[in-house]
Amino acid sequence: MQGTQQRDWVTRAAILVPYLWLVAFFLLPFLIVLKISLSQTTIAQPPYTPLLDVSTGWDGLKAFFAALSPENYATLSSDSLYLWSYLKSLQIAALSTAILLLVAYPVAYALARAPRRWQGVLVLSVVLPFWTSFLIRVYAWVNILQHDGLLNQALIALHLVDAPVTWLATDTAVYIGIVYSYFPFMVLPLFAALEKMDNTLLEAAADLGSPPWRTFLQVTVPLSLPGIVAGTLLCFIPIVGEFVIPDLLGSSSTAMIGQTLWLEFFGNRDWPVASALAVVLLAILVPPILLYRRREARIR
Amino acid sequence: MKRFGTVNLTALALGLAFLYLPIAILVINSFNDSRLVTVWAGASLRWYRELLRDEAMLDAASVSLRVAVLSATAATVLGTLAALALTQRFRGKLLFSGMIYAPLVMPEVITGLSLLLLFVAVEIDRGFWTIVIAHTTLTLCFVAVVVQSRLVTFDRSLHEAAADLGCPPLRTFLTITLPLIWPAVASGWMLAFALSLDDLVVASFVTGPGATTLPLRIYSEVRLGVKPEINAVCTIMIAVVALGLIAASLLTKRSAGSAQLGGRA
Amino acid sequence: MAARPIVAFEDVTKRFGDFTAVDRLTLEIFAREFFALLGPSGCGKTTLLRLLAGFEQPDTGRVVLEGEDLAGVPPYRRSVNMMFQSYALFPHMTVAGNVAFGLKQDALPKAEIAARVDEMLGLVQLRPFAGRKPDQLSGGQRQRVALARSLAKHPKVLLLDEPLAALDRKLREETRFELKELQRRLETTFVIVTHDQDEAMTVADRIAVMNGGRLAQVGKPVDVYERPNSRWVAGFLGEVNLIEGHISEVYPSFVTFESESLRLRLPHADVAPGAAAFALRPEKIRISHQMPEAAAENGAAGVITDIGYLGTVSYYKVKLDSGRVLKAALMNEQRQSARPIHVKDRVWLSWAPDAGVLLSD
Repeated sequence: MQGTQQRDWVTRAAILVPYLWLVAFFLLPFLIVLKISLSQTTIAQPPYTPLLDVSTGWDGLKAFFAALSPENYATLSSDSLYLWSYLKSLQIAALSTAILLLVAYPVAYALARAPRRWQGVLVLSVVLPFWTSFLIRVYAWVNILQHDGLLNQALIALHLVDAPVTWLATDTAVYIGIVYSYFPFMVLPLFAALEKMDNTLLEAAADLGSPPWRTFLQVTVPLSLPGIVAGTLLCFIPIVGEFVIPDLLGSSSTAMIGQTLWLEFFGNRDWPVASALAVVLLAILVPPILLYRRREARIR
Repeated sequence: MKRFGTVNLTALALGLAFLYLPIAILVINSFNDSRLVTVWAGASLRWYRELLRDEAMLDAASVSLRVAVLSATAATVLGTLAALALTQRFRGKLLFSGMIYAPLVMPEVITGLSLLLLFVAVEIDRGFWTIVIAHTTLTLCFVAVVVQSRLVTFDRSLHEAAADLGCPPLRTFLTITLPLIWPAVASGWMLAFALSLDDLVVASFVTGPGATTLPLRIYSEVRLGVKPEINAVCTIMIAVVALGLIAASLLTKRSAGSAQLGGRA
Repeated sequence: MAARPIVAFEDVTKRFGDFTAVDRLTLEIFAREFFALLGPSGCGKTTLLRLLAGFEQPDTGRVVLEGEDLAGVPPYRRSVNMMFQSYALFPHMTVAGNVAFGLKQDALPKAEIAARVDEMLGLVQLRPFAGRKPDQLSGGQRQRVALARSLAKHPKVLLLDEPLAALDRKLREETRFELKELQRRLETTFVIVTHDQDEAMTVADRIAVMNGGRLAQVGKPVDVYERPNSRWVAGFLGEVNLIEGHISEVYPSFVTFESESLRLRLPHADVAPGAAAFALRPEKIRISHQMPEAAAENGAAGVITDIGYLGTVSYYKVKLDSGRVLKAALMNEQRQSARPIHVKDRVWLSWAPDAGVLLSD
């Protein structure tokens, strides 16, 4: 049809190839998770029924759909362990995101105010740890927070405590680990927003008689809101499903949903329940994910 | 006029200290002759020597590197194509961009679980290649975002000029677009490489016999307690990444000069 | 000019969503013409250019080049080349590389490419800069590279999209003449898009004035300026006095136009009695302190209310006895102090009978 964009084969391939890959390895798996969440556990390989056997034709399909049941979801809602796990995850994610915001903002602000010559190097040095292994960084904290680790040594040396404090396997350790690991994810969006800020606005505020602290609260912070929102979403959403940090630094009582899912899957070999957990987790995260995407779309 | 006062300086110093202290301690301890982190028994390369004798660990490192190179390359190709696709308008673009941006924030347990279930359903044997596929899928989204942010500032009229002068689309991409966006593509590759090297959760789900990656190995060892060898492994990884980053930034700085003015709308 | 056009737009329409950029437009451009598309922003002139270049496809109608319908022909297969407003020079290639780019696509032998590049650079006087990169050139130099690059393939038609917009005024004026010279020498058809009337009038053999996706008027600069076909065209090109009134009498030898206290006797025109406007350009009006003989039929009396001094020319606002304000322009032939006309002077305005145009649109 004349008038619309005529697309050459190159562009068409460029769109099609990644599209098909993502449909196959991203979308399709989700559908499978959904399906498994409606299945039952069996002692078999794979450990769930029903299996979709296309060879049995239409009857097979009907039987397949008949065997699906929301039983697993009933299990989830009946056992308070799961509910508790979701709530705990949301709580930890919310609190640690708030801490991240408070801790990262001054650093991002300082980066934005740094002389241009140094900005590149400074930003790189903030980002560098992120390029080293996530596992390593969490492990580093295991080192420090051990019973005879550096933190206790320092506290004892400074006479703040008499005996070593138990840090590991506590919620506190998890918070520390999360804030440490997700630091760049909060700093960078904040920095990007603060760096773009028009300094003449601050000068105008000062000219109109606003003291620095008020200018900060009423001009700087609101203007950096896009960065705040971006950083918050970028941290909150993945933290909810965190596994490694609560596993290494926390305990089984930390009970974040990532740990629960892992346990159900690898420990109890209950794939259907684990899938149900994943589906519910995804459902909880869909609103913030959509929010994040709408922001991205608006910026483009 | 930007002032950089003592408050800012303090914030920056504290921030950087917070970030680097744990890593610094790790590095120092890797040279600690004592088994216990509490006691400093003199500098030695003992744990590095032990590391070289640890076949399982070296094996895991080799697996990780191979997976990382393969998946990073595949992810870069797919991610760059995806970024190009995002500059076009087409039906189903909403779904497409959703699939691109979602993995950036999705908890890894979900992506890991879903991929494993796919492999089981399609009856693919889990092992080296399933990890490569999984990592490619996970990291291509990051590559797409990096390349896309470069393409946004790309001067579209350069494509039109090339076409006007008789250059068909594929050649335009190779002779005009690619040379001008290659720093972004290269950073995309490095990002994908680092993410692949680093991944624990997804690999746990989709791995199989004989395909233990370095993070998997480290993780299983760490659960049993802090082993000094791990410090050595970590230090080496940090050194490799740091060198790689420095090399990359030097490279991009040199080519940034010519790509700076042109190619920018 | 050849009898058959080299470029033809046949009933072409182009829409972007709800917006119609080009509306059933038909236009012919002849070989070896310097053709200008002139109009305000949003009138569709750039869209028309892009339709010819191949970056857009028409929704209806045909774009024809040398008798061949260009439907479905991608830009890289059209023998039309474009000089972009932003120049669009490839930043990672040298000046020579940029100019050679189009030639390389045709897989010409290396020696021939080198010779052609040298010829082009000589044409725009940039030979010493062949090895430089675009970011090492000034704006004017970049513009020449863009020009050389677009001419390197000896296209049948050269499209220029506001080529002088980014240059400062002096340079713009100099370059205009160079462009005209170049076009004459190369005998290539040039199609230029511009919103600058002076530019269009200076360089073009013919101008198409566009408004809202449609052609308002097409013709030689002198025709479009002296004989506009509508109030809009008259108002768009330069300054004009538009006097609304009506045609009261139509005789074989003259026509009477009346408006308030004005009663003008104009040469015969193909008009019917009824409402009309009389368009009179300021420079056609003479000012004198005494009443001239011809004033009774083509003149009016009034008081000078304002004088605008623009160096070369001065604009005089004259309030007629009827209250209407007319604008007259006189060249400043004498020094300001010697001028006899001052504000609040009572003067007579007069003009030649054929100086103005009767418009019904």
